[in-house]
Amino acid sequence: MKCKDIVKELADYLDEDLDSSLRASIEEHLGKCKDCRLVVDTTKQTIQIYCNSEPAPLPAETRVKLHDALAKRLHHQV
Amino acid sequence: MNSPKLNPTQPTFLPSHVVKDDEPALVGAAKAGDIQAFETLVSRYERKIFRLTQNITQNREDAEDAMQEAFLKAYEHLGDFQGNSRFYTWLVRIAVNQALMKLRRRRNNIVSLDEEVDTGEDTMPREVEDWGPSPEERYQQSELGDILSKVIGELDPAFRIVFQLRDIEQLSTEETAEALGLSVPAVKSRLLRARLKLRHNLNHYFRRGATT
Ligand SMILES: [Zn+2]
Repeated sequence: MKCKDIVKELADYLDEDLDSSLRASIEEHLGKCKDCRLVVDTTKQTIQIYCNSEPAPLPAETRVKLHDALAKRLHHQV
Repeated sequence: MNSPKLNPTQPTFLPSHVVKDDEPALVGAAKAGDIQAFETLVSRYERKIFRLTQNITQNREDAEDAMQEAFLKAYEHLGDFQGNSRFYTWLVRIAVNQALMKLRRRRNNIVSLDEEVDTGEDTMPREVEDWGPSPEERYQQSELGDILSKVIGELDPAFRIVFQLRDIEQLSTEETAEALGLSVPAVKSRLLRARLKLRHNLNHYFRRGATT
């Protein structure tokens, strides 16, 4: 397996959507090729960082606006 | 490989933090007219929904409006929610639609998500460096949040939104395809593009030796 083959399988590799023999040959290449290994590792880190990031609290005025609008709609219907 | 185990299709983060066990009960109560229950659901998801509408619209006012309309629409259509998907996933789809409408209006219809986009010839990047100390340790939480939203905001909407749904909101590939009216292969190729582009742009902040 060559570097250019890694990128072809990368999407499915990252989503763990590959059969075990293909996965094994990718990992064999990653074991030998530092460049590909770094790309794969930092791409995984990218996904992980976004996935784990906590959303910031709503700005106070945004929250007031939202809950006012909801209260108006929710409490004023018969 | 020594990298941390990662499985985006089976997130460990989302179910424990977001889908709380009382969600079906709250949804049921809200459906039966319990306003308090609906407000509890809103308070639970408002931060995530606002981040979603902000990342899609890239405009504070549009993001606020889209979020507000999404929650109101969800309330109006609670009766249509069948419970065969997660409530949060259903809510995300409503919010995505509202946000996309805002984005299209502002961009004069130039944003068409289902048109062919050039996903380019994928080649393995070469200028790679290790990211050294963990970015989460290196930056304060608010600073990291700013970097993440800045970098995702620089992506083309066709890539940004797919990444948002798949990797941030944790929708499946199929759910993402359905929500955006895209084919599964289109979602996959855009997602890879988005991940590689974000990786490339984050490199600037996270590579070993980057000045903080
Ligand atoms: Zn290689």
